Amino acid sequence: MNLAEALTVVVPLLRDELVVHANGFISRESFNLNDRPGNFYMIGSMGLASSIALGVALNRPDRRVVIFDGDGNVLMNLGSLAMIGALQPVNLVHIVFDNEAYGSTGNQRTISAQVALEEIARSSGYQRAQRVDTAAVLRSTAQEFLTKAGPSFLLIKIEPDREERKIGRITHEPPQIAARFKSSCQLSVPSSQYKEN
Amino acid sequence: MITGADFLRLLLESGFDFFTGVPCSLVKSLIAMLEERGGYIPETREDAAVGLAAGAYMAGKQPVVIMQNSGLGVCLNALASLSRIYHLPCLLLITWRGYQGKDAPEHLIMGDISPTLLETLGVPHRVLSAETVQDSLRWAVETLKQSNQPVALLLPPGVLQ
Repeated sequence: MNLAEALTVVVPLLRDELVVHANGFISRESFNLNDRPGNFYMIGSMGLASSIALGVALNRPDRRVVIFDGDGNVLMNLGSLAMIGALQPVNLVHIVFDNEAYGSTGNQRTISAQVALEEIARSSGYQRAQRVDTAAVLRSTAQEFLTKAGPSFLLIKIEPDREERKIGRITHEPPQIAARFKSSCQLSVPSSQYKEN
Repeated sequence: MITGADFLRLLLESGFDFFTGVPCSLVKSLIAMLEERGGYIPETREDAAVGLAAGAYMAGKQPVVIMQNSGLGVCLNALASLSRIYHLPCLLLITWRGYQGKDAPEHLIMGDISPTLLETLGVPHRVLSAETVQDSLRWAVETLKQSNQPVALLLPPGVLQ
């Protein structure tokens, strides 16, 4: 699987979730695949997608909050895994697309081939932490994690794109991204859907 | 001097309702009050605290981020490439170590440049004094509303008990 293929499996499983995206190709692929008001595309502040999502999750316990993160982003803010483990937001699902590379700067290696990020998440206190590397297992695991109580950590091993992806940038202005995401946060959704164990 | 309890009361009366940060001895009494009240989130880094506040704001809260000015250096990029460009306001309560050049060596340079850094970053700020806390908070609330951007209050030694 590459990033686009993994997103093609996960995105159709989404319903009313609020999704905070890490910067780079994760934002851009997801934006081009299925732009939605409940998507926050972080274009700068690398590493902070999980902190932003935690801030949302703690204050909207009735909504499920998903992070589309990358291995470079997670490694840049490992303290966030400890925060999430310590605070135990049951409504938070942390999905990491791990290509073992800094994708948007030319696929330079990260250290995620040597360090098992899902083990760090598990020992930080996430309720579930799993590594997947096929589309079939990804579909069933993502489905499960999106309905059960968390915090959950799903590490998806993907292939880095060998050639630079010709994929468009986010066309919304940052204040517009924030404003529509904020409005999405205010919506109330049928709570039964989000409180399964 | 103002007590931590009075300062917290003024913050709550001003509408702030989400508190995170990294501690400094200059705000010991305020953080003690926040911990007693419950809901204070001790962050691991100041940039993560800015991220957390950004999320809290979009979820409908009025956040405060507490930090030492050493942490201002840590969170410059978060303030520039997240809070400022997305228009995500928060109140930055920044303690001013190295104030007037009187402090331990590690605080002197950051103490010297803290107001300049905020100016360069385009973050409006005021320096707190015990007599002007209420005025400064009123100004901060107004400026947050008008600018939709982070606003900073610098807290020198000797203001908070």
